[in-house]
Amino acid sequence: MLLLLAVHLAAAVVAPALLNWMGRKAFWVLALAPASAAVWALTWTSQVQAGNGPVEQLEWIPVLGLELTFRLDTLSWLMTLVVGGVGALVLIYCAAYFKSSASGLGRFGGVFVAFSGSMLGLVAADDLLLMFVFWELTTVTSYVLIGHYAERKASRRAAMQAIVITTAGGLAMLVGLVLLGEAAGTFRLSEVIADPPQGTTTVTVAIVCLLAGAVTKSALIPFHFWLPAAMAAPTPVSAYLHAAAMVKAGVYLVARFAPAYSTTPVWQWIVISLGCGTMLLGGYRALRQHDLKLILAFGTVSQLGLIVLLVGLGTRATALAGLAMLGAHAMFKAALFLVVGVVDAATGTRDLRRLSGVGRELKLTALAGALATASMIGLPPFAGYVAKEAGLEAVGHLDAPVGTIVLVAVAVGSALTVAYGLRLWWGAFSTKPAVVPEAVVESAESTAPGTSIHEAAHDEAEPARITHPSLLLVWPAMILAVLGLAVALLPQLGEHLLEPYAATYPEGEPGHLVLWAGLTPTFVLTLAILLAGALLFLVRDRVERWQTAAYHGPEADRVYRRFMRRLDDVAADVTAVTQRGSLPLYLGLILIVFVVAVGGTALGSTVFPTQFTFWDNPAQLVFAAGTIVSALLVTRARRRLKAVILLGIGGYSMAGLYLLHGAPDLALTQVLVETVTLVVFVLVLRRLPPYFSDRPLAASRWVRLGLGVAVGLTVAGIALVAPSARIHLPVSTDFAQEAVTFGGGKNIVNVTLVDIRAWDTMGEISVLLVAATGVASLVFLSRRGGAIYRADEARVDRAVWGGTADPMAALRRPGGDSAAVDAGGMVADRDESAVPSSASRGREWLQAGRTLAPQRRSVIFEVVVRLLFHTMIVYSVYLLFSGHNAPGGGFAAGLVTGIALIVRYLAGGRYELGEAAPVQPGLLLGLGLFLSAGVGLLALLAGGEVLQSWIFDIHLPVIGDLHLVTSLFFDIGVYLVVVGLVLDILRSLGAEIDRRAETGEDPVGGDAAGGDVDGDVPAQVAAGAKPAGWDGGVP
Amino acid sequence: MSPNIVLVVTIGVLFAAGVYLLLERSLSRVLIGVILIGNGANLLFLVAGGAAGRPPIVGATPEGQMSDPLPQAMVLTAIVITLGMTAFLLAMAYRSWQLHRHDEVQDDVEDRNIARLAAANERATTDADTEVAAETLDEEAAEARDETDEGAPARVLEGER
Repeated sequence: MLLLLAVHLAAAVVAPALLNWMGRKAFWVLALAPASAAVWALTWTSQVQAGNGPVEQLEWIPVLGLELTFRLDTLSWLMTLVVGGVGALVLIYCAAYFKSSASGLGRFGGVFVAFSGSMLGLVAADDLLLMFVFWELTTVTSYVLIGHYAERKASRRAAMQAIVITTAGGLAMLVGLVLLGEAAGTFRLSEVIADPPQGTTTVTVAIVCLLAGAVTKSALIPFHFWLPAAMAAPTPVSAYLHAAAMVKAGVYLVARFAPAYSTTPVWQWIVISLGCGTMLLGGYRALRQHDLKLILAFGTVSQLGLIVLLVGLGTRATALAGLAMLGAHAMFKAALFLVVGVVDAATGTRDLRRLSGVGRELKLTALAGALATASMIGLPPFAGYVAKEAGLEAVGHLDAPVGTIVLVAVAVGSALTVAYGLRLWWGAFSTKPAVVPEAVVESAESTAPGTSIHEAAHDEAEPARITHPSLLLVWPAMILAVLGLAVALLPQLGEHLLEPYAATYPEGEPGHLVLWAGLTPTFVLTLAILLAGALLFLVRDRVERWQTAAYHGPEADRVYRRFMRRLDDVAADVTAVTQRGSLPLYLGLILIVFVVAVGGTALGSTVFPTQFTFWDNPAQLVFAAGTIVSALLVTRARRRLKAVILLGIGGYSMAGLYLLHGAPDLALTQVLVETVTLVVFVLVLRRLPPYFSDRPLAASRWVRLGLGVAVGLTVAGIALVAPSARIHLPVSTDFAQEAVTFGGGKNIVNVTLVDIRAWDTMGEISVLLVAATGVASLVFLSRRGGAIYRADEARVDRAVWGGTADPMAALRRPGGDSAAVDAGGMVADRDESAVPSSASRGREWLQAGRTLAPQRRSVIFEVVVRLLFHTMIVYSVYLLFSGHNAPGGGFAAGLVTGIALIVRYLAGGRYELGEAAPVQPGLLLGLGLFLSAGVGLLALLAGGEVLQSWIFDIHLPVIGDLHLVTSLFFDIGVYLVVVGLVLDILRSLGAEIDRRAETGEDPVGGDAAGGDVDGDVPAQVAAGAKPAGWDGGVP
Repeated sequence: MSPNIVLVVTIGVLFAAGVYLLLERSLSRVLIGVILIGNGANLLFLVAGGAAGRPPIVGATPEGQMSDPLPQAMVLTAIVITLGMTAFLLAMAYRSWQLHRHDEVQDDVEDRNIARLAAANERATTDADTEVAAETLDEEAAEARDETDEGAPARVLEGER
C-alpha cells in the first residue's frame, strides 16, 4: 500500500519532465501508476472476500500517536478498483485526447496522478486523521485540475467555488472526526466502526459534521452547484473526478460510517431528505441542459443522491444495491464523459442543438455511448439495471411510511434518468432535422437562454462539421461500457464479492443481485419507469418549454455568490474596526491590556512588602537622579540633538547604577554602547530636520501621559513585588563553581555568556547579524554593501565633507598639502596627483587625511586619533582575552574596536574608514557567527555536546603556562559580530550618506526642516549646483 | 528580601517616560522611547534578580557576597541588542526621510482606505469570483473547449445539405 502510494508520488513528480521529454505518449507511462493499484487490488480479491485483507502500519509521529495505517476491506477494495481502473483508462485516453502542443500538459499529468494517489490513500487509510489528510489532498489537487485553464475566468471561478465548498465541508468533517476519535478513545477507523460510541450529544454533532463533509464532497443539495460549474475542467478530469473518483469520496465516507450510525435518527433524516432531494433536482435540471457535459453533470448529481441514499439507508439489502450502483455508475458515467469528449473532439462543440449525424459518422463511439446509456437508464441486462433492480427491491421492503416515500422518489428519479439518458444519446448521435447554426445560437442565447430546439430552428441551419478523432479515444469508453454489460451477466459473482461489506450492517435481510427474478412487482415498476421516462423523452420540447417558464426558485449558485459577497463585506467591516492602521493605537491597546491584566492582578492578589531599603549605597541616589531627570527632560525636548544628548546622559547614569549593583561587565558594556549609540544617532540626525514636528494635539498628549504613568506605576509595582517573590533557589547558585570547573574562567558573567548559556548568546549574535544586514539593506537598497573606499582611489579634488565655502582658503598655503578652493565650493587642485607620493604621505598623521576638504581637517584631532587608535585596538584585544577572568569579553572588546573605527572615521572621513578596516562587514559577521557556531559543533566531533568547552593547559618555554579554553573562540566570534555591526553602521549610515550628500542624491538635512513634504527637493538639488551645506555632527 | 526604593522609582519613571514617547508619531521619538523602556527593563531585571552585591568574579569576591550573575549575562546581551535595534530603526528613519522627507509613522493608507470604503458601504475588494455571474452555465460551457487533438481531416456530410 505504502509502495503504491510511493509509486504514485514518484510518477507525479517525474510527470512534468516525462511529458516534456516524451510528449503526450508519456500518459501511457503515467497510467501504469493507477493501473498498478487496480491490479494489486485484484490480486487480493479472494483474501479480501474472506475478510483477510492486507493491513499495513508505519509509525509517523509517535509522540502524537499518529500512524500511517492502511487496510483493505471490501469497500476499500471496490473503491481501489474504481479509482485505479478508471484512472488508468482516463490517462490512456489523455494520450490521444489532447493536442500535442496543448498547454500545461506536464502539470496536468503530475497533478492527475497525484490526485489518483490521494484518492487511493483516502479509501485505504485506516486512521481517521490520515483519512482527513488524503481527503484534503484530493480537494487541493482537484482544485488545480478544475482550474486547469487558469487563464479562463469561468475556470478559475469554478475551481475556487469547488475548493471553498469542499474545504468548508472538509473542515467540518475534521471536527467530526476529532470528536468521534476522542469519544471512541481511538483514531483507528476500523476500531471506531466496530465499536462506535453511541447516544451522546457529542456523537450526534460528530455525525452531522461528518455528513457535512460527505454532502459537500459528493455535491448533494444544497451544495450541488459546484459540480456543474466544475465542468469547466477538461473532459478527462470530468470523467475521472466528477464521475468515478472525487465525488465518490463523499459516498465512501457515508458507506464507511453507515454500518455504525445508519440507525441514528439524525443520520436517517439527513441522508433520506438530501438523497431524495438531490436525486430529483439533478434529474429535473438535466432535462433542460443543451451542453452534453452539463446534462451528464446534473445526471451525476442525481445519481450521487441515489447512491448516498441507498448506502446510507442502513439495511443490508440497500447497502448491497448501493455498492453495486457505485461500481456501475463509475463505469457508465466515466464512459459517457469519455464519449462526450470524443464528440467534442470530433465536432468542436458539445451543444446538442448543433450536433447532427454524429452517430452515422462515428459508429463505434455511438455504440459505446449507447451501451453506457443503457446501463445508466437501467435497461436489462446491464449493470445499472441489476443495481437499480436490487435497490428498488430493497427499498420496497423498508417500513412505511419512510419506505414508501423513498420508493416513490427513487422511481420518479429513475424515470427522470431514463428521460435525460435518452435525450443525451439522441442529442449527441442522432441525425436531427433542424440544427441551429452557431450565429443563431448566440443571438438566441442572449435573448432567451431556454429556447428549445424547434423554436430556435433555422432554415439555413447547418450542423457542426465532423472529423474522425483517433480510435484510441473510443477504446477506454468502450472497455468501460462493455464491462458494464459483462459484470451484469455474472450478478452472483458481484453479490459474492460485495456481500462481506453488506454483512457489516446490523439490520435487515441480506439482499441479492440477480438478472432475472421473475415477474415481481419490482420488475413491473422498472417497466413503468422505463415507459414513463420514454414518454418524458418524447415530449422533451414541451418539458423544456415548461421548465423555462416555470419558476425555479432562488438558484443555489446565486445564493452562494451573494453569501460570499456578504462575507467579503463583513470582512471589510471587521477590518475597518479592528485594523485601523495606526501604530500608536495598536501599541496603546497592547499597553492597556498589560496595565489591566498585570496591574489588576497585582492590586487584587499580591501582598506588597512592608519593609523597604531606600538605597544600597547613597551614590545610587546620584545616578538614579541623573537617569530620572534626563528621562523627564527627554520627553519635553523639541530639538532632536538635545533629546539624544539627554538620552546619552541617562544611559551613562545607568552604567553607574549597574556598577553600584555589582555588575562591572554591564557598566562597561553600557558605557561603550551608549557612546556608539550617540554617534549613530548623530550620523542619522544630520539628515533629519533639527526639530521634532509640532503636533498640537493636546488631548492625545494627556492620554499618552496617562497611559505612560499607568504603565510606569504597574512596572514599579512589579519591581516592588518581584525581589521577594522568589520561591526557588536561583539557577545560578552553582554558577561560580561551575564556571571555574567546566568553563575554566573566573568572570562568571562572561563564562555564562560563552559557555553555560552559550545557546542564548548565539541567538543574540544572530539578531545582531540580522540587524546589521537590515541597516545595510535599508541604506544600500540593492546591495549588501558598497565599495570599500581606499585612500589611493580618492578624487584628487579633496571633496569629502566639502560643500560649504572654505572661509580660511586665503590663509592656506597654496599647493603642497592644501588645495585652492573656488567660491562655489568646487575644489580644483589639478597639480596634485591622485596617489600621493610616499614622501608626502609620510608627513600625514592619517593615511586618508588628505581626502578631506581642508576646512574639515583638524590637526589636533588627527594626532590624537593617530596616537589613540592602536592603543584602543590593543586594549580591545586585552579585553577579549582577559574577559574570561576579569570584566570584559567579546561584547566589550568588539565595542572598543568599533569605537576605534568610529574615531578614525570621524577624523578622516570615509576613505580613512576604508583604510582602517578594508573588509566588508558581511565577512566579519559571517566569520563571527561561523566561529561561534562552527567551533561549537567541533565539540560534537570530540565526543562532547554542542558548544561544550575544553580546557587546555599548555606549558610554553618562554611565555609560561598557557590556560586555553575553547570557548575563547566563541568569544572571538562574538567580537567579530559586534565589530561587523559597528562597521556596517559606519559604512551605511556614515560613509554612504556622505557619498550621497556629495553627489547630490540626497538633499541635505536643513532643507527639509519642519517636515515639509516636497517632491521637487531631490530634483532641485540634483539639477542645482552643489549641496548648500553640511550640517554635520562632527566636532 | 526588601526592595530598593530608589531603583523602583527609577524603573517607574523610565517606563512612564518611555511609553509617553513610544506613543508618538515621530520614529526618532518612538526609538528614544524604546531605549528608555529598554533601560528600565534592564534595571528591573537586575532588581528582580536579587540584592546588590559585589562583582561576580571568583577569587575577587567571597562567594556569599556576589550579585547574581545570570540576570547580568542576559542584560548584557540585551544592551548590545538594543544597539543593533537602534541602528536598524535609525536606518528606517533615514529611509523614511529619503522617501517622504520626514520620519513620521503615518497611518497605513491601505487600512484607512478599507475603513473609508466600509463606512460608505462600498466594496473594499474586487473579487470577480463572488460577483453574480452574468452568463448562464450553458454559455460558460459553450466557451469552455479543451485543446483537443485535430483528428482525421474533416469530411462534409452529404445529405445534410
